[in-house]
Amino acid sequence: MKDNLVQYIFGIADNSLILGQRIGELCGHGPSLETDIAMTNISLDLLGQVRSYYQYVAKLVGNEATEDTIAFLRKEREYKNVLLVEQPNQDFAYSISRQFLFDIFHLLLLEQLQNSSDDTISAIAKKSIKEVSYHTRFSSDWIRRLGDGTEESHNRIQEAINHLWAFTDELFHQTHADITMVADGIGVDVTKLKDSFYKKVNAILLESTLNTPELHYFQKGGKQGVHSEHMGYLLADLQYMQRTYPNMNW
Amino acid sequence: MTQQIHHIDKQLYEILETVSDPEIPVLSIMEMGVVRSGKIVNGIVEIEITPTYSGCPAMDVIADDIKAAFKHKGYEAKIDLILSPAWTTDWITSKGRTALEKYGIASPLSAESDKEALLGNKKVVKCPQCGSFNTKLVSQFGSTACKAFFKCEDCLEPFDYFKCLK
Repeated sequence: MKDNLVQYIFGIADNSLILGQRIGELCGHGPSLETDIAMTNISLDLLGQVRSYYQYVAKLVGNEATEDTIAFLRKEREYKNVLLVEQPNQDFAYSISRQFLFDIFHLLLLEQLQNSSDDTISAIAKKSIKEVSYHTRFSSDWIRRLGDGTEESHNRIQEAINHLWAFTDELFHQTHADITMVADGIGVDVTKLKDSFYKKVNAILLESTLNTPELHYFQKGGKQGVHSEHMGYLLADLQYMQRTYPNMNW
Repeated sequence: MTQQIHHIDKQLYEILETVSDPEIPVLSIMEMGVVRSGKIVNGIVEIEITPTYSGCPAMDVIADDIKAAFKHKGYEAKIDLILSPAWTTDWITSKGRTALEKYGIASPLSAESDKEALLGNKKVVKCPQCGSFNTKLVSQFGSTACKAFFKCEDCLEPFDYFKCLK
């Protein structure tokens, strides 16, 4: 029971940690000062949410676990985030498309998760939902602006959406921990979010004069800890300080 | 909405009022509405605070500042962070709103007006410098997670707007 709960929380929280780290890479490198600040503010919200989840996991696990050991000292296979969030930034079209696809999913998930029978998870979801609605508004606006912008911006955002589309299906896969937690009234049945997700995404793509990619093969594995080649590099950055100087503090 | 402060002992209240938000020093944490309860249990002060935004780095500083303020008065303080019910900008007191405006930050509007403002549909945000409503959204995110960035098209000054969070 406890192990399933911990794994279930990793399945949710690791998405925010890894995406937060990815967007954090844009700090000082955003295409404009405003987008730079916006993306890093989103990263900060996600990391704040992650801290709440990991503090809860630390309490559940006991021993010497802290939010920091959970964030910094796990091995690659122990992270249960979806492949989508670990995909590299490349240009802004990729960063904002990844954000958009994740935001739409994240908001749908949190809307259900706030009804969790676990009080802590429900409280974190209620808090996060306010922040994530704002993220969704921001990323959707950019999809519209770039899609319905110039020929160049249209083509580049379309290319990014096409590329990332293969990572969307995994959002709706269930792990063993998922199934157990849904049965216990703690977790959300993600398979039920799939239709709403594609409906919402397609509506915004249509408004943005973009095409919904037609694809029949999807990538998966992140939820089982089997990550893409980008994950190792990301973790090397994320974990460098704690691995080099164990237990260091700011 | 009511502030949902449970109970705060009077002598604690006075000490809490001296602690300010590190990002917005004119605003005490009481005016900000982040303190949920305060009591003395077995000689130890127990304070519950609620974060404005999950990742707000000011929360750690606020917790340390509260401890320091109580230590200065001879108390030991323990801080608990509670998430539910989640903080909303409705909990900023009217005194707090005036302090924000004076400091140069436009205070949060109602949820409805806020949406119009952040979508750039209506000019509803008042410039805290000159009072004009002829203002324009520059960016949905400002210098901190809780603010958006505006400029006034009359006095031409840029300013922060404290976003409505509900």
